[in-house]
Amino acid sequence: MKTGGSLSIWLFIGISLLVNGVLIFGAGVYEYFHPPVEQVVLYPLHANIWWGAILALIGAGYCIRFAPGKGRV
Amino acid sequence: MTMMLASVDASRLVHLSTVDLVIIVFYFALVLAIGFYLKGRSNTGEDFFMAGREMTAWIAGLSFLSANLGSLELMGWAGAAYQYGILAAHWYWIGAIPAMLFLALVMMPFYYISKTHSVPGYLKLRFGESSRALSSISFAFMTVLMSGINMYSMALVLKIVLGWNINFSIIVSSATVAIYVSLGGLRSAIFNEVLQFILIWAGALLIPILGLIDAGGWGGLKARIMTNGKAEYTHLWSTLGNFSDNPMGIHWTGIVFGLGAIISFGYWTTDFLVVQRVLSAKDLRAAKMAPIIGAGFKMMVPFIVILPGLLALAVLPMKLMPEAQALSTGGHSYNEVLPLMLARYCGPGLLGLGITALIAGFMSGMAGNVSAFTTVWTYDIYRALIKKDGTDEHYVSMGRWSTVVGVAISIGTAYLVMDFKSIMDYVQALFSFFIAPLFGTVILGMLWKRATPTGGFLGLLAGTLSSIGMWAWVKVDPAALRYVALSPHARDMAENMYRALWSWLVCVLVTVVVSMVTTPKPESELKGLVYGVTEIPSESFVPVYQRPWFWAVVVSVFFVIVNVVFW
Repeated sequence: MKTGGSLSIWLFIGISLLVNGVLIFGAGVYEYFHPPVEQVVLYPLHANIWWGAILALIGAGYCIRFAPGKGRV
Repeated sequence: MTMMLASVDASRLVHLSTVDLVIIVFYFALVLAIGFYLKGRSNTGEDFFMAGREMTAWIAGLSFLSANLGSLELMGWAGAAYQYGILAAHWYWIGAIPAMLFLALVMMPFYYISKTHSVPGYLKLRFGESSRALSSISFAFMTVLMSGINMYSMALVLKIVLGWNINFSIIVSSATVAIYVSLGGLRSAIFNEVLQFILIWAGALLIPILGLIDAGGWGGLKARIMTNGKAEYTHLWSTLGNFSDNPMGIHWTGIVFGLGAIISFGYWTTDFLVVQRVLSAKDLRAAKMAPIIGAGFKMMVPFIVILPGLLALAVLPMKLMPEAQALSTGGHSYNEVLPLMLARYCGPGLLGLGITALIAGFMSGMAGNVSAFTTVWTYDIYRALIKKDGTDEHYVSMGRWSTVVGVAISIGTAYLVMDFKSIMDYVQALFSFFIAPLFGTVILGMLWKRATPTGGFLGLLAGTLSSIGMWAWVKVDPAALRYVALSPHARDMAENMYRALWSWLVCVLVTVVVSMVTTPKPESELKGLVYGVTEIPSESFVPVYQRPWFWAVVVSVFFVIVNVVFW
């Protein structure tokens, strides 16, 4: 899908997922080593670690697939 | 930011960490960046108002659905699920899927082939200027109200959840929407809606996943709800035989004929807010596929909206209440279901993404309303009634300014709706005022070539007035409910369903009767507008699995399955 110039909307989505995923994953890792006093329900599942990793991987995939100059529209 | 932090309320539900705030700020920066990036592609009317008519089926389809995923969808229906149980899912399944498929297969060819820029624009071509004027003015009125409701919902949740000042929230979010829509027009709105759609899922999907683990799976959830004495809350159809057997106080006829046949068809096939997204498709097949793709995803939305409401019934330690009661007692209202569940399960980072999902929902709904208002105002009111001889450049300029003015009016509306006891019921009432009769007029116009301009206009007018009249009748005399909704036990939702049904019938009846005694348009003027005199392009050259009807059948099969499973 062609956007304003040559960038795809899916690239923007990839950037969003990648940045959010890295931030959430990082926050989860920090929380793992520094457990908070007040913990959320199901804290032992460490959802922010695996959910952040999933988002970052999907986002990275989109960024690579729809990177500028790939010839994708 | 300083102003925001200065206005933080100590009674807030959650406390955001630095990483949460970074995620939220990054979201605002990204949507603005998309607006600035697309600015250079919105110089003509076709670009600004119709996104150049070059969207793929996927982009148009996700945008079609995202424009509807506003604050009312996310907050309101999660609250409704807590209040009424799984019955709220009817608004996603029978209240959406058949209508979306009907739009794709039956109505889209006429919208698309006529090359109209709006639904009122179609009425102008089919019935004349008076029908367009009536529908465009009522649509513009409804749109700014809806936009104001979106703003109010967002500001309220940000105040309750984060302690942010309500005025600050309204101004920041509305200014952001005004900037990116006025810069990039419909294309910018659509691109941001697709981004917002993805973020909504990324931020909200964890709640049902973790909630189901917490509740012990679907079986555990049902068992806990049954323990609370609410066994009927997990049944979709089996409690609809009597008004008094279900928490919504509605009969299955209201759901099937009022919601499924009238309100949903009216909304999904004639509300320009959603139809505008599909009109931006690059060709007719993409325009037909877009609502089908939207329908597929729509069927899954209850997983992130209805299920959290049911989970809240099972796992939250506190009892939620109507908004007015919550405000007076300091408790939590139904509309706080999603934020409460977010606070329950989401730690740093996830909380920021969850709040971003809510804000994204609010903004996509708001942008949808504003971009639709801008098009209808510029093309169907300003150009049609005020300045007919302007240049394309002049109308684009008017589009940009009307975006800003539309947002400003919406801000005023946001303060008006604060006095209403239930946001959802209010919106349902609005739908039945305008949408149900409009569906009657459009569908007769598309499928019955004998319908005349006079019949179409008078039918639309009679349907709208009858709906407002029934609403006022019940307000003045609550006992009238037994006539309008067929039962004194009916509640607000049920009343809205039946009022929509009656107003649609009034519209159709008046249109048919008046058309039979007035002169129809010659067939030569109906080409491209009406079934029977319009040549629909053949799809025989594409493989079966690429044809819209094939995917419509697939979606229909899943639609039947989910209704049977949750019977």
